[in-house]
Amino acid sequence: MLETHKTSIFKSTLTMAYRNLLKTLHNPDKLLDVVIQPILFMLLFGYLFSGAIAGNVYAYLPTLVPGILMQSLISAATGSGTQISDDFSTGIFNRLKTLPIPQVAPLAGQLLADILRLLIAATVSLTTGYLMGWRPAAGLGWAILVVILDVFLGWALSWIFALYGLFAKSSTMVESISLMTMLLLVFLSNAFVPVKTLPPFMKILVELNPVSYVINASRTILNAGFWPTSAWIVLGAGIVIISIFAPLTVLVYKRK
Amino acid sequence: MKTAPAIAIQTLSKKFGQQTAVDRVSFNVEVGEVFALLGPNGAGKTTILRMLTTLLKPTSGTIQVLGHNLQSESQAVRSLFGLAGQYASVDEDLTARENLQTFSLLNGLTFREARLRTQELLEEFSLINSADKLLATFSGGMRRRLDLSISLIARPKIIFLDEPTTGLDPRTREQMWKTIRQLVQAGTTVILTTQYLEEADQLADHIALIDHGKLVALGTPQALKEKIASKKLNLTFQNELQATQAVQAIAEATNGIVQQTDNMVNVSFNEVDDITKILTNLQVAKLSANDIQIKQPSLDDVFFAMTVGKN
Repeated sequence: MLETHKTSIFKSTLTMAYRNLLKTLHNPDKLLDVVIQPILFMLLFGYLFSGAIAGNVYAYLPTLVPGILMQSLISAATGSGTQISDDFSTGIFNRLKTLPIPQVAPLAGQLLADILRLLIAATVSLTTGYLMGWRPAAGLGWAILVVILDVFLGWALSWIFALYGLFAKSSTMVESISLMTMLLLVFLSNAFVPVKTLPPFMKILVELNPVSYVINASRTILNAGFWPTSAWIVLGAGIVIISIFAPLTVLVYKRK
Repeated sequence: MKTAPAIAIQTLSKKFGQQTAVDRVSFNVEVGEVFALLGPNGAGKTTILRMLTTLLKPTSGTIQVLGHNLQSESQAVRSLFGLAGQYASVDEDLTARENLQTFSLLNGLTFREARLRTQELLEEFSLINSADKLLATFSGGMRRRLDLSISLIARPKIIFLDEPTTGLDPRTREQMWKTIRQLVQAGTTVILTTQYLEEADQLADHIALIDHGKLVALGTPQALKEKIASKKLNLTFQNELQATQAVQAIAEATNGIVQQTDNMVNVSFNEVDDITKILTNLQVAKLSANDIQIKQPSLDDVFFAMTVGKN
């Protein structure tokens, strides 16, 4: 009988993540959305709206920084969908699927590499805020905890975008739909404006928006330095999203 | 113990909704041969290949690869074959070396082994000078070579080539054929799809002619040609009158079809003995031909006789 072999899930997932890293190194423009975008938005919103909303930049930053952080993370999370859709249209997934590796490894590698993108987006957002004069009232430890919580939720969201990437016809379409989703989710929330200034029907929408919960929780942790109930809800929501969308994405991926 | 065939497929079918893309196809591919799936565009060749390489699940039927069941042992069976061509692809954003290295790792090689095997293949496929360039700068031929080299990383027993030379210039095609012949000499079984009759004729030991998802003919190139078309004898005479006289003399010598166009006469025949009879009759009638040609049937004749195509 001929010898057959299988490559382990651990090794193949790491290799796929490594491949992703190499791709980014050759095309640094793939990092534009996680590096330039947070800086741009932080500067624009900080200096443009701070006067109107909070009086001055320093008063606005504690509101703005958690908002931009979440916006950058959602934006980074959409990247997994674009990448997956791209890989399907170039046919590279076909070759990957004929290798003696577990079927989910390419997907797992992609989502592993996404964590890195999310961490970059979070770091750039907070650093820009810091340079503009923002100081987390509760201290660095709590700020790191917020990054972990938000990155976790962002990663959960990237499973949704990955699923969308599997269904969409082209990566351009994934990109534009993702951008719209991101804009709607972020702007229809408390990310940039105080909720009390909104007309009643907007208030309802904003309070229903899950992004508002995340940002509320982040602000509470950063400003007051304790772990509120809303943070548990966010954590729970992340777990629920992953436990629904991860198996679903894997299933769709395997059938494709 | 009798060795298992490289591929054994039985009553393989694939339906996409109502449409039957592959209809109860059965054949065996023996170890060490070149097997060509030949057919017009849209005949179902690639669908068969995609099922053989685990990319598509068959609607019904069974596939065995070197004695392993494809459905129940798919991940393990994937280590026995390599795939290159139309549907397989290279990573555009990586260099040739990085492509080979990542795929080596995915094929289960250690980091050290991957490095060595990469170097080996880069040299073997004369890609060493462009090893660290991005694929954007690669020509079509270089891309195919890289594609093929990636599929050979794990030294597979079987290699599937999906239209390996479609879109290549004649020189690059010639090189590709040479590479394929070398693979076979090294003991690899090659299964390729092609719409080029010449390619199947040049390379294949056995040909499966596919049309509208059905297997319409199976055999050696020679057998297929003999099955459809007989050999032809072309005789050219000095003038039309002589040719007309010759037709009579020839018709008495053979029961093959005799056709005259101007000063030329075409005769189909099956046995070489027929030629002797024809020439004897011509001599008796005092007719001498200016030129005599014997034409072997070409696969083109087979192709046109047996396939309809989608148009």
